[in-house]
Amino acid sequence: MPSLSEVQAAFSAAIFDPAAAPPRGVVGPDRRPAPRRFGVYRNNVVSALGNAIAGSFPAVRRIVGEDFFRAMARAYVLAEPPISPVLLDYGTTFPDFIAGFAPAASLPYLHDVARIERLWRESYHAEEAPALAPDALASVPEDELPRIAFSLHPSLRLARSRYAALTVWRMNATDEPVTPVDISAAEDALIVRPGAEVEVRKVPPGGAAFVTALAAGETLLAAAETAQAADARFDLAGNIAGLLAAGALRDIRRA
Amino acid sequence: MTAAAFAPMPIPPRAGVGLKPEHYAAILDTAPDIGWFEIHAENYMGAGGPPHRYLTAIRDRYPLSLHGVGLSIGAARPLDKDHLRRLRALNERYQPGLFSEHLAWSSHDTVFMSDLLPVPYNEETLARVADHVDEVQETMGRRMLLENPSTYVAFEASTMSEIEFLKGVVRRTGCGLLLDVNNIHVSATNQRYDAVDYLDAFPIEHVGEIHLAGYAPETDDNGDPLLIDAHDRPIDPLVLRLYERAIARAGAVPTLVEWDNDVPDWPTLFAEAERVEHVLRPARRRSEERSLAVAV
Repeated sequence: MPSLSEVQAAFSAAIFDPAAAPPRGVVGPDRRPAPRRFGVYRNNVVSALGNAIAGSFPAVRRIVGEDFFRAMARAYVLAEPPISPVLLDYGTTFPDFIAGFAPAASLPYLHDVARIERLWRESYHAEEAPALAPDALASVPEDELPRIAFSLHPSLRLARSRYAALTVWRMNATDEPVTPVDISAAEDALIVRPGAEVEVRKVPPGGAAFVTALAAGETLLAAAETAQAADARFDLAGNIAGLLAAGALRDIRRA
Repeated sequence: MTAAAFAPMPIPPRAGVGLKPEHYAAILDTAPDIGWFEIHAENYMGAGGPPHRYLTAIRDRYPLSLHGVGLSIGAARPLDKDHLRRLRALNERYQPGLFSEHLAWSSHDTVFMSDLLPVPYNEETLARVADHVDEVQETMGRRMLLENPSTYVAFEASTMSEIEFLKGVVRRTGCGLLLDVNNIHVSATNQRYDAVDYLDAFPIEHVGEIHLAGYAPETDDNGDPLLIDAHDRPIDPLVLRLYERAIARAGAVPTLVEWDNDVPDWPTLFAEAERVEHVLRPARRRSEERSLAVAV
């Protein structure tokens, strides 16, 4: 008799290979091979994992339509099944998979929309933390301001795109009718959940470089210089006010 | 945010339902008179966010049962220690009245398949499952309930019946059982044995909870009936009749309505729980009368 480990190795290999015959020793009540019965498990696995992906990427699903999405999700499930039983984390690599999925090549912004949805989900499930009060900087002496740094809110995520991925995502995140979009305008999205609701905002010029520098621990002055270098239109006061209003900052750290 | 510790709240012998995000608001807004809720543990394994906020508010008002769907107790490979730790953390945080998992496997190597896959019933599997149940009970610091599965295939490697197997696990580990009556009907139909015989032979004295759900009818390789444990529709009348027989044997036992796919609106799900209460209410009355008689 095969060992339990051998039975399960054969069973799981046949689950992920649609062309494979059911493993030996798996039978119906008449003790005869039962491919259709085994197919129930194959179908359950692929559809359960596909449903997990479908639930996490509703805008991508709306953009490409149900049939295309199901085929793409199925290809992903077979290529990259989850390693953890916590399916909240499944789909982290789906945006990259879409970027390399040839049938979706005509929608070059699609993987960026997927990235917004993935990061939205991470933000939704992120650790809880109070956000810095909007007037918190008032208590910092002016001469110290350039040297302070920030820890960012644990739910903060940044999704950068060469396309108008944020506009496309927003339009497809609800059932509202869609209108034509100029996708050539690059957009960066700030995603944060300081309270119960995930909020997604468009990042002003230079803002993404600024947030990235702050996340790396740079001081306010250094991060402002980094952002200025990235985009000459960078506006420090406007960006700081925007981050505070969004609840994107957690604490002030003094050097 | 540190969660306040909840006082333990035992699961009453009433009808409960599986908690779905679609119903969070309706439950908190209308405070329905329902016995308890059950969660799939894996849906609450994020660090924070709305699921925990809602669950905390609901646990404040109702008893809660914790039901794992991803531990893979029937796997040949060792249990996932990280996953066990996550289960223990949920158990400590929410103080559920019951904790249960499945006689099934869902992980092999590094792959999680998100389905409750069947095991051959023999001595090797029994030893492996018993070791895993021991490890779960030690790690969680509590007794668990093990659920009888729905199955679509059999194994040539099986040498004992499902009931002999379940009795063996109970004898070796001291765990309790979760009796899924829909699974009895589904498996009995699929494996061509008699559901009533199975139920009558079930070690009912170890049952701490019952599950009910709807199934989808399909056909097998010979064109004969094959039932799928779909959890996507009302409880079948045949299953409800089998449930009445289970309650006649067991007395009033906490009973859950599972409806996980094509989730209906809250009034529809609540009405389904009422069908179950219809069976449980007289059983509770009978056991109250019995205990009164003993007291006199």
